Amino acid sequence: MTSSQLFNIVTVSYFSSMVLFVVYLATRSKGVSLGANIVAYIGFLAHTAAIGLRWYESYQLPGNVGHAPLSNLYESVVFFAWTILLIYILLDFKYKQRAVGAFVIPFAFFAMIWAQLQLNSAMEPLVPALQSNWLTYHVITCFLGYAAFAVACGVSIMYLIKVGKEEQSSEGSPVGGILSLFPSTRILDDINYKAIMIGFPLLTLGIVTGAAWANYAWGTYWSWDPKETWSLIVWFIYAAFLHARFTRGWVGRRAAWLSIIGFAATIFCYLGVNLVLSGLHSYGG
Amino acid sequence: MKKRSLATATWDFFCSLKLTIATLILLAITSIIGTVIQQNKSPEEYLQVYSESTYQILDALKFFDMYHSWWFLSLLGIFSLNLISCSVKRFPRVWKTVHEPVLVADDSLFRTLSNVDEHLVSGSMDDLEGRLGTFLSESFAAPVVTRVGETVHLFAQKGRYARFGVYVTHLSILIIFAGAIIGSLFGYKAYVNIEEGKATDKVWPRGGETPIELGFSVRCDEFSVSYYDGTERPREFKSLLTVLEGGKPVSEALTERPVIVNSPLTYKGITFYQSSYGPTGQPVFTFKVSNRASGETAEFKVKQGQSLDLPGGGTFRVADFTPSFQTFGPAARIEVFPASGERRSFVVLQAHPEFDAQRGGDYIFSMVDYKQRYYTGLQVAKDPGVWVVWLGCAMMVIGSMVAFFMSHRRIWVTLQPVGKKTGIKLGGTAHRNQPAFEIFFDELKKKLKTEIAS
Repeated sequence: MTSSQLFNIVTVSYFSSMVLFVVYLATRSKGVSLGANIVAYIGFLAHTAAIGLRWYESYQLPGNVGHAPLSNLYESVVFFAWTILLIYILLDFKYKQRAVGAFVIPFAFFAMIWAQLQLNSAMEPLVPALQSNWLTYHVITCFLGYAAFAVACGVSIMYLIKVGKEEQSSEGSPVGGILSLFPSTRILDDINYKAIMIGFPLLTLGIVTGAAWANYAWGTYWSWDPKETWSLIVWFIYAAFLHARFTRGWVGRRAAWLSIIGFAATIFCYLGVNLVLSGLHSYGG
Repeated sequence: MKKRSLATATWDFFCSLKLTIATLILLAITSIIGTVIQQNKSPEEYLQVYSESTYQILDALKFFDMYHSWWFLSLLGIFSLNLISCSVKRFPRVWKTVHEPVLVADDSLFRTLSNVDEHLVSGSMDDLEGRLGTFLSESFAAPVVTRVGETVHLFAQKGRYARFGVYVTHLSILIIFAGAIIGSLFGYKAYVNIEEGKATDKVWPRGGETPIELGFSVRCDEFSVSYYDGTERPREFKSLLTVLEGGKPVSEALTERPVIVNSPLTYKGITFYQSSYGPTGQPVFTFKVSNRASGETAEFKVKQGQSLDLPGGGTFRVADFTPSFQTFGPAARIEVFPASGERRSFVVLQAHPEFDAQRGGDYIFSMVDYKQRYYTGLQVAKDPGVWVVWLGCAMMVIGSMVAFFMSHRRIWVTLQPVGKKTGIKLGGTAHRNQPAFEIFFDELKKKLKTEIAS
């Protein structure tokens, strides 16, 4: 089996898991939710194996060009999807709130399908600037951070839907239907906060490793390059979010919106900067 | 009186969390400007994009170098003041909590705790004090025992330094700023181009005209580019550099030291980074030319454009050259002017010396070699503040981990004689991550129950 065949299995798994989660929301069957989770876990295992296999395959190419599969847009999107699943699984162990999967797995599925249909999956040897261990540290920390923010964004959307419905319905009565499967707004708010608490130090570490690498490669740890600046913008937003938790009036709905805006900025930092603005991070080209 | 209230108002303003949130969001929004408008270009380049009046407005707003503009730096200044004020305001209280813990829990303290438990048991105070002391040591932390009259208070805590994580994080930002300021005051960013075989003792600062004296010289012994097999994808840019003082190499290690991208050379706090390269002067070619009729072969060294006589009359010259012709590697276009007849023009490939024989000309050309001299382009940086910045970064990462993932947990136990029996009160609190502490506390309650039942 080749890594690209394994990646197909991964995409199919995430698609099936996503469909099963939607079925779960419609039928409220516990068995379906368990199935959805099992398929997601299987997808994650296949995903892990596929990344490992691609890594191994790169060393089988002639000319000693092997490297960790983190060097171009395709590889980074695939890794991003993997980190989303990783963070989801960690939260699943802790909170066991299956409905969250319906709002998180789609991020991973859309990332995978986009990578497989649109992006160039050729394995290419590294240009001199990328020949550094800092690349690995930088990419891993940044994407773990991004993934935590993706999960936070997913639960924030759930929070806003649920809170909106609760306010419409009569005073105090719990909402029925699909929304009854959602964790309580208190738990959603808490997961949002926890996910950002995980993501923020990782993003910080990602910015620091990027700065260390830039200093080692070019002699400037910070040059206000658009990518660097956008990572700082994301950092400012989540720093504001974390401080907002301490003041009344900035929890709940406003925190959820701040989390969604933060993730939109994250996605722009990751993709928008490469596609719209010019800068040092060339892999989007 | 009025002055005092103004000072208080200012102090409160700088201590407020609302200011923190507002500053962070403002910094985020304004930072976008610099990513949309390209920074630090020449006026001519801007005028190609913007109209004269737009250019004037953007220039007045300092949008072309906004990260160094007075208003962006002021925003960072307010951010720092806010950070300092908040920390100064809260720090003494935290210091006191950590270093002068409340050893004696009275009823009013117990009322503030969300995790409490009570028991009434028979048994002597002394016996219970010993047993509960051991119990706390084994399942949490060694307690401090305080006696007030007949009441015995036990206090145990864990992770008290977790409370300082947030201050370490805040301080780290100021340290990073300090490092950046040191770097911009006492350091520089420059560049220099050195031809192969030449040395320099000066570098040119970015945006400045006067060169900076290094105090030593750097010689480029060789520059080379290598490509991945069969592609034009560069694999490595490499300069061999030698550091010289008084015309002599300073050490063995800094003689013909390879400098590649991601592996710079540092000497006396000044670092040289491989950054660019280019050809310098004319390449010198070595050609083998054999006369098809006579079989006579001669070798020529020739520069581009230079005409040389061919054996048996006529001349030739190298009209054009490229180091990579499609995927065939180095190639030269030769022009032959025979003594009589027409001028001929054809391409010779270095990698395929037999190729020209198929052309069927009177002379068979093959390129043995070509020597192109290069210059290497180096970035030169001196930044004495960089270690301060890394110290700040390390503190920020460690500080934020501590602040988010560790918590200061405290447990109080009170023993009080109630008639012939002894009343036990247990209470606890964590400064963060309450749900996890609740689970721990419930477990502790169960253990305590079995302990006093035994």
